Amino acid sequence: MMIERAEVEHVAKLARLNLSAEEVDLYTVQLDRILEYVDKLEQVETTEITPTAQPLSLTNVWREDELDESLDSETILTTAPDREGQYFKTPKILGS
Amino acid sequence: MTLYYKSIHDLTTLIRQREVSIAEVVEAHLERVQAVDGQIKAFVTVNEEGAREKARRLDEALQRGESLSPLAGIPMAYKDNICTKGIRTTCSSKMLKEYIPPYNATVVERLEGAQVIVIGKTNLDEFAFGSSTENSAFFPTHNPWNVTRVPGGSSGGSAAAVAAGEVVASLGSDTGGSIRQPAAFCGIVGLKPTYGAVSRYGLVAFASSLDQIGPLTRNVTDCAVMMNLLAGHDINDSTASKQKLGDLTEALCADVRGIKVGVPQEYFQVVHPEVAEKVRQVLGLLTRLGAEVEAVSLPHTEYALLAYYIIAPAEASSNLARFDSVRYGYRYNEAESLTEMYNGRSNAFGSEVKRRMMLGTYVLSSGYYDAYYRKAQQVRTLIKADFEQAFAKYDVLISPTTPTTAFPLGKNVQDPLAMYQSDLCTVPVNLAGVPALSMPIGLDTEGLPIGLQIIGNHFAEGMILRVAYTLEAELKMYLRHPAVG
Repeated sequence: MMIERAEVEHVAKLARLNLSAEEVDLYTVQLDRILEYVDKLEQVETTEITPTAQPLSLTNVWREDELDESLDSETILTTAPDREGQYFKTPKILGS
Repeated sequence: MTLYYKSIHDLTTLIRQREVSIAEVVEAHLERVQAVDGQIKAFVTVNEEGAREKARRLDEALQRGESLSPLAGIPMAYKDNICTKGIRTTCSSKMLKEYIPPYNATVVERLEGAQVIVIGKTNLDEFAFGSSTENSAFFPTHNPWNVTRVPGGSSGGSAAAVAAGEVVASLGSDTGGSIRQPAAFCGIVGLKPTYGAVSRYGLVAFASSLDQIGPLTRNVTDCAVMMNLLAGHDINDSTASKQKLGDLTEALCADVRGIKVGVPQEYFQVVHPEVAEKVRQVLGLLTRLGAEVEAVSLPHTEYALLAYYIIAPAEASSNLARFDSVRYGYRYNEAESLTEMYNGRSNAFGSEVKRRMMLGTYVLSSGYYDAYYRKAQQVRTLIKADFEQAFAKYDVLISPTTPTTAFPLGKNVQDPLAMYQSDLCTVPVNLAGVPALSMPIGLDTEGLPIGLQIIGNHFAEGMILRVAYTLEAELKMYLRHPAVG
C-alpha cells in the first residue's frame, strides 16, 4: 500500500475537502494505484539534476512600482457570494 | 450558398466584397448550432443576442464606409475556462456555474480588437482535468464524426464546434494535450504554442508551468492567422515571453525540401496499428517531398506521463485553492463556521477534480515533496534536455498525436489510469514547453479521424506550420466533414 485511509483523510483536511466515507475508500484505492504507477520515477538517476520549475527559466519579472489602472471595488464585488459594504462577508471562525 | 464550413479567408473575402453581410454569416452559424448542437452539445452558453448585436453594429459600420479589421464578423467560440467579460464562464463546474467575469482574458481582448464574433462558450472537462470532456459537471460533448464517441478533452467542446461547422475557429487550452488530442479526435488542426508565447491572463489556471491557450481551426492557414492575433507579450502575465514569433503566415509555403524530420521511436510503443500505419504513410510522403526523415530516441519519454501526473495535479491543487467560496463561486450557505464554508466547496467539485486536488496536495505535503514533486521536476529537466538534443539535429519531430482514435463515451470514465494513457504522446511536449500542432491525416476503418503531431523547438511555430501546410496541400483533409446535421 502506497497510501493508507488515514493519510487520505489527513490530506483531505489539508486540501479543505469534505469527503464522504465512500469517497475516502474510493480515493484510497485510486490514489494508491496512481502513486504505485508514478513510483517508477525512483528508477531515474537524478543526482545533480536541477529541477525545472518552468520551461522558459524566467526569473524575477518585475514592473515599475507605479500606480496603474485597476478594476474598481464595485465591479469586483459583483461576484461576491455575500458582501457588506466594501467587504466580502463570510461566516466567522469558530472555536477550532 | 452554405456559409458554414468556410475558411477565414473565404468568409472575409465574401464580407469585404459585400456578397454577404456579417449578420448573414452570424445567422448561418447560429442556425448551424440550432441544427446540430442538440446532438453534439459543444456549447455551455450560446451568445445569441450578443452575436447578433455585434453583427448589426459591424454591418452598420461597413455601410458607413468604415474599414473593418481583417477578421471582422468571423464567428468563434472560446473554451469555457477563458474569461469573457459579461458572459458566464463556468469551467464546466458547479463551482462557477453562475460566475460572470468582470474582465476579458487578454486573448479575448485581442480577438475583440480584431472584431470577431463570439458565438458562445464551449464545454470542457471540469477545470480542464480530463481527456474526453466526460468530466464536465453539466453534460458530455459528442464527437461529430460519430456521436457515440468522445470528442477528446479537455477542449472537447471547442474541437467539436469547429469540426461540426458551428464556428469557424475556437480557442482551447492545452496542459497535457488538451488542444491537440481533441483536434486529433475531431479531425481538425490544433496548436499548442511555445510556453509563454500566448498570454495566460484570464485563463483559469490548471497547471501554471504547463498551460497554454491555442487555436483550433479547420485548416493550417486559419491557424497561422489566429496565432498572429493571439501571440505576443502581455504585462499581465509574468510568464509571458518577450520573444516575437513574427508573421506566421509568411511561414506558409508548401516546401519541405531539406527539412530534417526526427521520428521519436518511443512514441510508437503503444500506438494502435491503424494509427501507426497512417503516420508511416505520411512520413513516406514527406520523404518523397524532399524531407530527410530519420528515427530518433527521446530516452526519458516513458517517464513523462509519470512526471506529469505529479506536477500537473500539484500545481492544480495550488491553483484551485482560490475557490474558497470567499470572493466568487459556489458557497455552502449552511456553513456555521469559516472552516465549514471552506470544506463545503467540495459540494461543487466533481470526482476527477477532487481526485487531482488530493493527489496534488499529497505530493506537495511535508515529507513527500522531495520524493515526488522535486523528483518529478528533475525528471522534467531530463525530458526537456531530450528535446533540446533532438532539436540540435532536427527541424521538427513527428509522431501520432494519440495512441488511438476517439474511444466510446463511457469507456474510460471508471479507470483514471486508463484515461491518462491517451496523453502519452502529448504530455512530454508541455513538460518541455515546446510548441506542437495536430493535423488530420486520414480516417481509420471506422471513419474516425487520425491525427499527426508535429513538434517544433521553442518559438519555432513557423517551421511547424510550414510542414503542416505542405502536408495539408497533399492530403486536403479540410475538404472532409463529418456527416452530422
